[in-house]
Amino acid sequence: MTIDKNLDDWQKNELAASLDRFPERREEFTLHGGSEVQRLALPEAIDDDYLEHLGFPGRYPFTRGVQPTMYRGRLWTMRQYAGFSTAAESNKRYRYLLDQGTTGLSVAFDLPTQIGYDSDDPMALGEVGKVGVAIDTLADMETLFSDIPLDKISTSMTINSPAIVLLAMYIVVAEKQGISADQLRGTIQNDVLKEYVARGTYIFPPNPSLRLITDIFQWCNPNMPLFNTISISGYHIREAGSTAAQEVAFTLANGITYVQTALDAGLELDQFARRLAFFFNASSNLLEEVAKFRAARRLWARIMKNRFDAQNPSSMMMRFHTQTAGNTLAAQQIDNNIVRVTLQALAAVLGGTQSLHTNSRDEALSLPTESSVRTALRTQQIIAHESGVADTVDPFAGSYYIEQLTDDIELAAKELIGKIEQAGGVVACIENGFIQRQIEQAAYDYQKEIESGERVIVGVNRFQIDEEEKPELLRVDPKVEDAQIAGLQEIRAERDEDEVQAQLATLKLAAESDSNLMEPILDAVRAYASLGEICSVLREVFGEYRD
Amino acid sequence: MATPTSKEILAGLLRQDPRAIGRAISAVENNSASAADILSALDQEAIERILVLGITGPPGAGKSTLTSTIIRALRKEKKRVGIIAVDPSSPISGGAILGDRIRMMDHALDTDVVVRSMATRGRLGGLCASAGAAVRIMAAAGCETIIIETVGVGQSEMDIIRLADITLMILAPGFGDDIQAMKAGLLEVADFLVVNKSDLPGADALCMDMEQVFRDKQEKDGIHRVLQTVASENQGIDHLLAAIKALASHLEASGIKAERRHKAMDAETMDWVMELLRPQFIQAMTDKPGRQDPRIRAKELIHEFSTIQHDE
Amino acid sequence: MAEQEQKNPYRVLIGKPGLDGHDRGAKFIARALRDEGFEVIYTGIRRTAAEIAATAIQEDVNAVGLSSLSGAHLRLFPEVISELRMRGGEDIPVLGGGVIPVEDIQELLEAGLSAIFTSGTPAKDIICSFTEACRKHADGDTDQ
Repeated sequence: MTIDKNLDDWQKNELAASLDRFPERREEFTLHGGSEVQRLALPEAIDDDYLEHLGFPGRYPFTRGVQPTMYRGRLWTMRQYAGFSTAAESNKRYRYLLDQGTTGLSVAFDLPTQIGYDSDDPMALGEVGKVGVAIDTLADMETLFSDIPLDKISTSMTINSPAIVLLAMYIVVAEKQGISADQLRGTIQNDVLKEYVARGTYIFPPNPSLRLITDIFQWCNPNMPLFNTISISGYHIREAGSTAAQEVAFTLANGITYVQTALDAGLELDQFARRLAFFFNASSNLLEEVAKFRAARRLWARIMKNRFDAQNPSSMMMRFHTQTAGNTLAAQQIDNNIVRVTLQALAAVLGGTQSLHTNSRDEALSLPTESSVRTALRTQQIIAHESGVADTVDPFAGSYYIEQLTDDIELAAKELIGKIEQAGGVVACIENGFIQRQIEQAAYDYQKEIESGERVIVGVNRFQIDEEEKPELLRVDPKVEDAQIAGLQEIRAERDEDEVQAQLATLKLAAESDSNLMEPILDAVRAYASLGEICSVLREVFGEYRD
Repeated sequence: MATPTSKEILAGLLRQDPRAIGRAISAVENNSASAADILSALDQEAIERILVLGITGPPGAGKSTLTSTIIRALRKEKKRVGIIAVDPSSPISGGAILGDRIRMMDHALDTDVVVRSMATRGRLGGLCASAGAAVRIMAAAGCETIIIETVGVGQSEMDIIRLADITLMILAPGFGDDIQAMKAGLLEVADFLVVNKSDLPGADALCMDMEQVFRDKQEKDGIHRVLQTVASENQGIDHLLAAIKALASHLEASGIKAERRHKAMDAETMDWVMELLRPQFIQAMTDKPGRQDPRIRAKELIHEFSTIQHDE
Repeated sequence: MAEQEQKNPYRVLIGKPGLDGHDRGAKFIARALRDEGFEVIYTGIRRTAAEIAATAIQEDVNAVGLSSLSGAHLRLFPEVISELRMRGGEDIPVLGGGVIPVEDIQELLEAGLSAIFTSGTPAKDIICSFTEACRKHADGDTDQ
């Protein structure tokens, strides 16, 4: 008997009888965004052309992963995002993490730093050192990496609008350690487009922002060949409430924009494309997330090959970092968060991530304590060494359901990218609010489902308990702000002011022309010009973006 | 805090006190008892002197950004500016998100920029009434130019535009269908057509298309009616303001402004009539449920109403 | 209109003081309030306390809601209250929400906040608090 005939028979007998006696829990099972989850995926879900859709790991279209042996060779980089208060405090946390077996640093900057304000700027009030480390001048950066050999580790920096300045500081710190830029490994986020729609740390309007990004690509290409010059991020888009397919679509649409801008500036595709990295969110729906990673990888490979005519396979490879979904962490019964993070981390590994940050149990309440961070890291280590999932490549391939979902997400993302292009591209869709509205609607629908109880969040809208115990929290001492400001003023008093002003004037001229800004910014940084001073010059020339 | 009396509010308006301006507009918007006292005491001459600009256009064309840029330009000339930003109320809940405020936030600390966000509150024409009152309150509080900004192409927007001395319609390339839909309505009442985001492809074609529509108006007074801007980069704003000023003097000198104001006042009066009668008729309908044809029933209700008025 | 039986909608301002750009919660509350019949003025992200207070006064709102997820609430929320006072808006109630540790709640209430919401507070509770705050404010205003 054929499958169809059997299916028919099964539906009429076993299935009908079962539904009769035990109705299903819900009338319809759906993913966030409304697409239906089928009861039972069947072999027809798997496309017959294996080579075209799946192929081999390390080979186009990279659905099964970017390396031939994946984690059998080297495990993913366990990279915990950290940073708070002062550079000295954060330096201590980094050295602790390195001692505990973390294999890459990930620097969190405070909001004034991310938005190009010095700690003594009135706009920085109350925010200094809160969500990350405060960096005003090169001196802070020197402290941040003191006793950490920059040629031995890879460093990821979550910095966007002023990325060029922080990157310059990193290069100069290495210089002072006697390490040349071409030995430096790591990533800067440098993805401004998603700031306009999801994360909010924009400074300049889109066009000058894109120019800064391209300047970085251009300078790093020959000088910093091991460094990822951008991390095109869906993470924050998802955190803002998008669906999985929207996360893929908006991220890849941004990626297309960066590639096109660099090409328009005359850069060689196969030169810069292999230094593009991505950054995704791992949320709790394990199967959907695994499919999402695979779909994103395949779609990007196809875009690079077919649309941009990339020749080098490494230009088509989507390498990505993953962070577990911060928005899923609950402030209630916080130990449950460890379980959530485990599921999410598992999805990232099954989806073939290159590096991973696992959130800590207490992050819905405040910055994580040292012991919570350790548990989060241990979660990754258990998955790596005990679960067995790292021992074979792309273990979910061939699952009828996963393959079906991978196809669905790729298709949905592709259609959405098409819509954006029809409407004039990403920048136009940011300016007219199309992307923001899509995310907002998805977030609203999701939250409504939680409020109505239709979507169960354990410990939050079901299985609640009265909690007496207050967890121990990490707090940033409010005096940090004053100390940071005092330090900045000390540097300002000590440095050669004429040199600073001369470098800032040179920078201004360069910004007004279309020459590359990396060198003048390196010089300004060497003279201990502050981040705020450098960004002020750029604000004057480029203007400021407002929502 | 005790509620200020209408006297205190009026004194506050003269001092240009933001709190008093806000409260005065609320009093009118909420039809509260003090509204009449406030409105009857406003400085008529100030109201006649001011210029009321209406700005409308489809969502995404860049209205709020353009409005913000015009505010900046007017502030450079030391003009005190009022803005009434109108958004639709939800027909289901009656609530509203007044989101245009976001783009006005840069002026939040400038005491010479007076902003009021208003929702349409689902009244038929009623908004015109409260927006008209808001214009006069702002004028009394020293605003020299008052901008009414409204989204889209609905009926209530048309009503508001009637309050304006000069109306700007904002379009941007890529709104083909919306423009077709608007040709019949709003385009006819607009004095200027502003093609914003004119650095985008399609702007020239849009301008040419619009020149056709505005040819008659343009030929009458020789003032250029189709203008290009890139509000986000502050381009074309000086030209736009110069054209607005030229038209304003022309309208003033030719008596057209006075004529428009008269018509607007009549329309507004009519709106108030409807607005104030509404509760009485709603009551009458509840008191005397009927199943006749609505038109016949309406006539009966009006007949009864005027008889009662006579008897009193 | 279940929550709002009175004839004129309450006006509230939802603001994000400080530099934090996470506006998912603020936007959700703005919409949820809209759906309950409130008129909501949303300021967008990255506003100073002074800008928020000045806007609240101009717009003559019945209540102000603040959201901060970056840990700056102890500095910024009371700052909005003092800016409101400076402008004669001491009668306008201020409510706050975000990533706020339990032990900060008392301090914020003592600083004059009317209510504090943390992650996981159901929307209906938040709406109730706004309704209550607005009702009290409007009743003080016999004009409404």
